[in-house]
Amino acid sequence: MTSPDVPGLAGSPFGENPSFVDLLRKARPDALPPASRQPVGELSVPHGTTVLGLKYADGMLMAGDRRATSGNLIADAKMRKVFPADDYSAIAIAGAAGQAVEIVTLFQLELEHYEKITGDRLSLEGKANRLAQMIRGNLPAAMQGLVVVPLFGGFDERLGEGRIFFYDATGGRWEEDDFQTTGSGGMPAKNSLKKRWRPGLSREEAIRVAVEALMDAAEDDSATGGPDPARGIFPNLVAVTASGAEEVPEQEVEAAVAVVVQQRERP
Amino acid sequence: MSFMPYVAPEQLMKDRSDYAHKGIARGRSVIGCEYREGLLFIAENPSATLHKISEIYDRIAFAGVGKYSEFEDLRIAGVRLADIRGYSYGREDVKARDLANAYSQSLSMIFTQQMKPYEVEILVGEVDGGAVGTALYHVLFDGSVTDEHGYIAIGGHAEDLMEELRQRYQEGWDLTTAVKTCVQVLGAPESRTIEPVAIEAGVLDRTRTHRRKFRRLDDDEIARILSG
Repeated sequence: MTSPDVPGLAGSPFGENPSFVDLLRKARPDALPPASRQPVGELSVPHGTTVLGLKYADGMLMAGDRRATSGNLIADAKMRKVFPADDYSAIAIAGAAGQAVEIVTLFQLELEHYEKITGDRLSLEGKANRLAQMIRGNLPAAMQGLVVVPLFGGFDERLGEGRIFFYDATGGRWEEDDFQTTGSGGMPAKNSLKKRWRPGLSREEAIRVAVEALMDAAEDDSATGGPDPARGIFPNLVAVTASGAEEVPEQEVEAAVAVVVQQRERP
Repeated sequence: MSFMPYVAPEQLMKDRSDYAHKGIARGRSVIGCEYREGLLFIAENPSATLHKISEIYDRIAFAGVGKYSEFEDLRIAGVRLADIRGYSYGREDVKARDLANAYSQSLSMIFTQQMKPYEVEILVGEVDGGAVGTALYHVLFDGSVTDEHGYIAIGGHAEDLMEELRQRYQEGWDLTTAVKTCVQVLGAPESRTIEPVAIEAGVLDRTRTHRRKFRRLDDDEIARILSG
């Protein structure tokens, strides 16, 4: 007797699905951000602003300012926009803050869940593609004004180098050769990187270049927050190298800010 | 028309239980024990990729003996339960006790209602679970659960191993001593030495700075410990 219920043999998907988002959609659909919603209209939600990613000698570095704005108000002066996604990659977000942070949480879980179910880490390419699908899933919300545009990057263990991916609101995905920025202050930050970035930067130089680009963005874009030593607010940076993803310690960022401020001081 | 002949429930349960016991005794054993920094799971496993010992969540690990496909099913169900719970509430709300209860219910359901019981026994271990501290649950094929302290051996020659462990286990031993002793214990019933490459081991190390406390010991590390 053959059983029509045997998975895979009756046209149904074969094998375990390692996706956490798919699992959640089935088990707890109410916990997911809704796929379509009423027009947001005048509802003003906090927005995260400028983030950037750049390659350097050991791998890849991501940085973001700390400001979230809601219209012309500052909603949060200490928001974090750059996170390790797993042990070998990082994600930075710009756009509707609530939606963006939720996508980061889901993406981190997606990678962890995959790793536990299959016993293997996803390739960097696989992670980048998965994120593209998740951003595409957010398209209905983006059409209502809740746009989320991330940068994703990490250390490709197979190629032995850092890589950076840039996304648009529709889930379009492009790989960047050197550096990329996104968010409201993305343009001034990119112009700054254009002048200062060069191949093979050391870690210290890379941190300085990233911090300087964010400071340039803060000068030209009111939604981007500059470093504020008085209140102890500094950009948040994550470095990914062959030895893994780690938050750059605040002392290092503070030192880089001090150098840049000193260079810009007028006599 | 077919009909089922009458079988006394006692007989039915006994037959199923014997069947499961036989399946589990055919395989190799797993030992779970406490050591100074947490919990060690160690097994003889010729395969480097088909694991008996795995991570479930930040502070929780899983080990299974018996039929691979069946305990693999249970492992995946455990990862799903843990990840959904951690996402819906908070990461620290995922507890080994809840997992052990869920396993117990599923296995007991399968034991009484399915054609054949699962031929598995599993361990669910947890470190730093708040007030509970270290926990080690042993779930059997019929859904019975026990809360173990110190050490436990399941599958294969489990009884011989337990006897051996009773004599040699010491509270608070370090990782090296724990691994060395457990490897000797695993080989003891048949008086043989197990090659380092055939050892699978994983720890829940509460001193690990990473949020995820589970760590697999790779072949090099095991060989180093055993030769040291």
